[in-house]
Amino acid sequence: MTEYDVSNDIEAIVEDADLPRRLKDEVYETLADRDVTTEQADEIVQATVAEYYNSRVDPLDPVGTVSAQSIGEPGTQMTMNTFHYAGVAEIDVTQGLPRLIELVDARKEPDTPMMTVYLEDEFAQNRERAHEVVWKIEATKILQLGDVSTNVADMLVQVALNEDTLRERWPTVEDPVEVAEEIAATIESKLGVETRQRGLVIEFGPEQPSYRDLLQLVEELREIVFKGIEEISRVVIRKEETDQGEEFILYTEGSAFGDVLDIEGVDASRTTCNNIHEIHRNLGIEAAREAIIEETMNTLEEQGLDDVNIRHLMLVADIMTNEGTIESIGRHGISGSKDSVLARAAFEVTVSHLLDAAIHGEIDELDGVTENVIVGKPIKLGTGDVNLRMTSGSGEQAD
Amino acid sequence: MSQQAPQEIGQLSFGLMDPEEYREMSATKIITADTYDDDGFPIDMGLMDPRLGVIDPGLECKTCGKHSGSCNGHFGHIELAAPVIHVGFAKLIRRLLRGTCRECARLCLTEDEKREFSENLDRTRALGQDLNDVTKAAIRQARKKDRCPHCGEPQYDIQHEKPTTYYEVQQVLSSEYSDRIAAAMEPDEDSERVTPTELAEETDIDPGRIQEILSGDFRPREEDRKAIESALDVDLTEEDMNKLMPSDIRDWFEAIPDEDIEVLGINSDRSRPEWMILTVLPVPPVTARPSITLDNGQRSEDDLTHKLVDIIRINQRFMENREAGAPQLIIEDLWELLQYHVTTFMDNEISGTPPARHRSGRPLKTLSQRLKGKEGRFRGSLSGKRVNFSARTVISPDPTLSLNEVGVPDRVAKEMTQTMNVNERNLEEARRYVSNGPESHPGANYVRREDGRRLKVTEKNCEELAEKVEPGWEVSRHLIDGDIVIFNRQPSLHRMSIMAHEVVVMPYKTFRLNTVVCPPYNADFDGDEMNMHALQNEEARAEARVLMRVQEQMLSPRFGENILGAIQDHVTATYLLTNQNPHFNETQALDLLRATRIDELPEPDGVEDGEEYWTGRTVFSELLPDSLDLEFTSSAGDTVVIEDGELIEGTIDEDAVGAFGGEVVDTIAKQYSRTRGRIFINEVSSVAVRTIMHFGFSISIDDESIPPEAQAQVDEAIEEANERVEELIETYERGELESLPGRTIDETLEMKIMQTLGQARDSAGDIAEDHFDDDNPAVVMAESGARGSMLNLTQMAGCVGQQAVRGERINRGYENRTLSHFEENDLSADAHGFVEHSYREGLNPKEFFFHAMGGREGLVDTAVRTSKSGYLQRRLINALSELETQYDGTVRDTSDTIVQFEFGEDGTSPVEVSSSEEEDAVDVDQIADRVLESEFQDEREKEQFLGETREPTNLSEHADDWWLAQSDD
Repeated sequence: MTEYDVSNDIEAIVEDADLPRRLKDEVYETLADRDVTTEQADEIVQATVAEYYNSRVDPLDPVGTVSAQSIGEPGTQMTMNTFHYAGVAEIDVTQGLPRLIELVDARKEPDTPMMTVYLEDEFAQNRERAHEVVWKIEATKILQLGDVSTNVADMLVQVALNEDTLRERWPTVEDPVEVAEEIAATIESKLGVETRQRGLVIEFGPEQPSYRDLLQLVEELREIVFKGIEEISRVVIRKEETDQGEEFILYTEGSAFGDVLDIEGVDASRTTCNNIHEIHRNLGIEAAREAIIEETMNTLEEQGLDDVNIRHLMLVADIMTNEGTIESIGRHGISGSKDSVLARAAFEVTVSHLLDAAIHGEIDELDGVTENVIVGKPIKLGTGDVNLRMTSGSGEQAD
Repeated sequence: MSQQAPQEIGQLSFGLMDPEEYREMSATKIITADTYDDDGFPIDMGLMDPRLGVIDPGLECKTCGKHSGSCNGHFGHIELAAPVIHVGFAKLIRRLLRGTCRECARLCLTEDEKREFSENLDRTRALGQDLNDVTKAAIRQARKKDRCPHCGEPQYDIQHEKPTTYYEVQQVLSSEYSDRIAAAMEPDEDSERVTPTELAEETDIDPGRIQEILSGDFRPREEDRKAIESALDVDLTEEDMNKLMPSDIRDWFEAIPDEDIEVLGINSDRSRPEWMILTVLPVPPVTARPSITLDNGQRSEDDLTHKLVDIIRINQRFMENREAGAPQLIIEDLWELLQYHVTTFMDNEISGTPPARHRSGRPLKTLSQRLKGKEGRFRGSLSGKRVNFSARTVISPDPTLSLNEVGVPDRVAKEMTQTMNVNERNLEEARRYVSNGPESHPGANYVRREDGRRLKVTEKNCEELAEKVEPGWEVSRHLIDGDIVIFNRQPSLHRMSIMAHEVVVMPYKTFRLNTVVCPPYNADFDGDEMNMHALQNEEARAEARVLMRVQEQMLSPRFGENILGAIQDHVTATYLLTNQNPHFNETQALDLLRATRIDELPEPDGVEDGEEYWTGRTVFSELLPDSLDLEFTSSAGDTVVIEDGELIEGTIDEDAVGAFGGEVVDTIAKQYSRTRGRIFINEVSSVAVRTIMHFGFSISIDDESIPPEAQAQVDEAIEEANERVEELIETYERGELESLPGRTIDETLEMKIMQTLGQARDSAGDIAEDHFDDDNPAVVMAESGARGSMLNLTQMAGCVGQQAVRGERINRGYENRTLSHFEENDLSADAHGFVEHSYREGLNPKEFFFHAMGGREGLVDTAVRTSKSGYLQRRLINALSELETQYDGTVRDTSDTIVQFEFGEDGTSPVEVSSSEEEDAVDVDQIADRVLESEFQDEREKEQFLGETREPTNLSEHADDWWLAQSDD
């Protein structure tokens, strides 16, 4: 039945063994490579099973505490230094302990949001094409395209667009005046004023001549995002070696994950961002879990603590995403939503938990760890969760 | 002691208490504010009434007849003269007032809405989410109603003045209504004057009445007022604040029907809303507020007692005043005062109210404050308990101990006892302990007779008592060698911070450790103290031995490699032993191995000058298991090859035997057993100690000095760097510096300068390094990974380098300069903290100052980090503490919610797999090879390999001979 060259007896032995599929296949492979008797095969399988059992976590192992300790303990060795250059020298990203705290807190907005945008096909190979994507992503303010001056005598704001800049940014557009028209239209719609356009110069002023209104308009003009995504203030292009060969990758300061995924040329399957909530919104909870693992691992690696077993991070990510939404670790999240009143009271904000419990007439079933420590009962973890008793008297073995 | 059947708490239910219940459980009513009379006896019906329990030893409790210590105390009660609000529920009271009808007290929601909310509530409860969100929404909905949907009564807004005052805000006819109407009837820009007749027509009010209203003789009724208001577009009302007294609120709440309360998430069986307004105040038992007698004989009362005194005083004054028929104003003042005292009795940290203070000005610590925070009841007393049978003292090293052992001072061993259950077999032994008495070492402190009576063993009665010891007795004997104890060093950051050790009783006052257990405890011997706990039952002892013993914790679950191993001098020693592969004659070789179980040397490696010799690698190979095969790269950079338990080539150093993942240790612990691993580590450390004694190892300042020509080179390199920096600055000042992408020109300059100076330090280091011999002790330590790094060496011998604060060159201090020694806007290297001297040369004052700035940042960083990471750890542990793997492989919490279907997606134990290497936990290839080649010493090993028999895990250190005899390697 299997594609491996083994006898039926051996196959029966292997199939009967309590091994996961992957290991069974490996056993077949090994056995097929060697000339073994059925007896030897049996021994190999038996030894493999023994080894497999040995490598598994023991039942009733308090893996939660072990994982928490395994992440918390290296925390004491991390730096507090917030800003450091991660991978890309040009973009500052929160690192070290503050970033780790930010992740387990599940903050709505990271301190330094950023994205890594991968590109598709020719966008990834051609710098010009990559730049096209950059222009679509990076927030372009009108200020960056030309000079703004105020003419107090005529109560006018003058925007003198720079032809070179426009040509650089819109290489496909023949006449920069077309772009200027577009800009004028944007200004009209955003500021609600009439504009006059002469070539590359756009003029407009307040409805009634007022010096204050004029300055107000200039201020507002600064805020107008003409092209790109408002949240993204800067984009850096880097050529990097990836498993798909050498390609251009964009790193952004600020993030708008959902918007970027829709842009042409962006490889949505590889693009990521460091805001786990954005990933949750756009790609769902499993992606968020993956992002938590990835981000915590990166944070630890950056600090030279890459030896932390990824299984611990998985457990943390799993409990944070267990409810289907991202819950933080702490009083507003997991610890605050525990069933037990005593466990909640013993963590933080003791008094209000007790008062609320009284009003709601809550009952503490004393299932968890903290509650049982408080009332002085053995906790139901590890050896405390086993109900085995040795029979006294006769030395015979019960079967 | 009574031998009752042990009782266990099954569950705890929370709820409010009925005032009647308070009265019932009360031992006495408290009426006097005084505590003790002139003779020092508690006053009857006073705050220290003997019926409330006893605190003085020798007295008897009047309620239960027990003595201090066994009587838990009993509650009393105070009948409050008037109801007062419980501060903790102030918000909820406000919500209830807003959500229920002022007339019929029913919830202002229609039946449909009610049903909807209570369904919603059931759903949230089932999902285990926060109920408050639903109840808040229900109240919000109810507040929208102008009139009660049940009785039609108009509803008014409730204002809450923190902490405990409530007002009902009504819109009533303004006192100046006539003026307002008249003003509105006057013509303005775009309307004509309204005549009274027109107004009468428009509002359907009798014109005569209108006249009366206008003259102010008649107050219009509500509907008339509304009609006039709409006709004239005026507002004739003003706000009237009607204070709700606690008694009013209580009456109001009493009328709320049970089913309406349920919609708000209040459990009507356990908690009625009117119970949130206190009419009876329970008085905590005296045992909860013991008074202490000061040295001068004066009694000092507890904060709670002080607060209760205040409450009773005001309560009495209130009653007296009311009976005397005092004016309402005075009564209200007293009522407020009573409210204040009851409020601060429960919580003395309410914002907006001044805290009640002690005579000395210190705020009182009342009920809330007792529960809250780290030292509060919950975290301080309930979650963290004090224990008996524990000891704490300074630790010091002892390389002659096994890593499983701990040296316990004899005076500790005599204090900490283990219980022996005497039977026929150990009777003699038990008697011996008792006859030794409590003073001489393996003695006993207490015996317990069969009838449960506990007797103290004294020097005088020990001989006599020893005769009496019978089977069935219990003897509390001293700790002796081989007992298992738990050993701990704070902070307990991971599970290896608490491990079980076997006792070795020793003289003097410190706990003794083998140095190889320093890494898991993160201990050193600069004055560290550790705690020891003696276990008190067989189950605990068995668990400690099997699960918690040091050798069982050899592998860290964090990274899946060994955390025990050679450290510091051990690593230096193995390096010296194996790097140059020195030769030893028979005496020397045997001397190196004298502390191990090896007492015979293998065949000599050769003959030199007519004398047989053994190489260092051969000596080291003696410690390895015979069948070990291994190949890896050492931290010294060469390839280590081990074949059949023989070190063929390579240097044994940090990467081979060190703590935190030494390859050899890791492999032995995983492929052989923890016991074999322990023996290996112990022997490596003993051989290492002998080795380093053989070679001798020391370091001094001279070891870091470099020849003058090297020093000249270093100076030159630094001078060159300084010049390059000057060049950069000139380019910058000329405005010709090209900025890096995404950086300003200033930032670019800083980065380039930092880079240049970094290179300068490195090249200084390289120059210095070239002039060090390979046997230079600092180089040996850095190379082997024992201690220090090449960077440390560079800083000692070459150049200390750039000092940084917040990742930048030092830029703070004076305006535009760091120190007054420099000119303003000086961008040069030395003006911004570049230290061009080495530690050996010494720093000049300016450099020293900059160095201190950098150093200070490091110290601050550490201080901030410890508190932050401590909190992170606490939160993580709290969130994950309930997770446990089950027999079916899933990870669930204690309420059986599945968090993972298989731990870490594959169910592999993190202890068994190294996270730094991409290897499978189960290597089928290797297993097959072993089975086919039958590399087994005997049947037993094969059985173990096949998983038919298991290695015993509970063997004491003293069973080593037996264990080794079983599998001889």
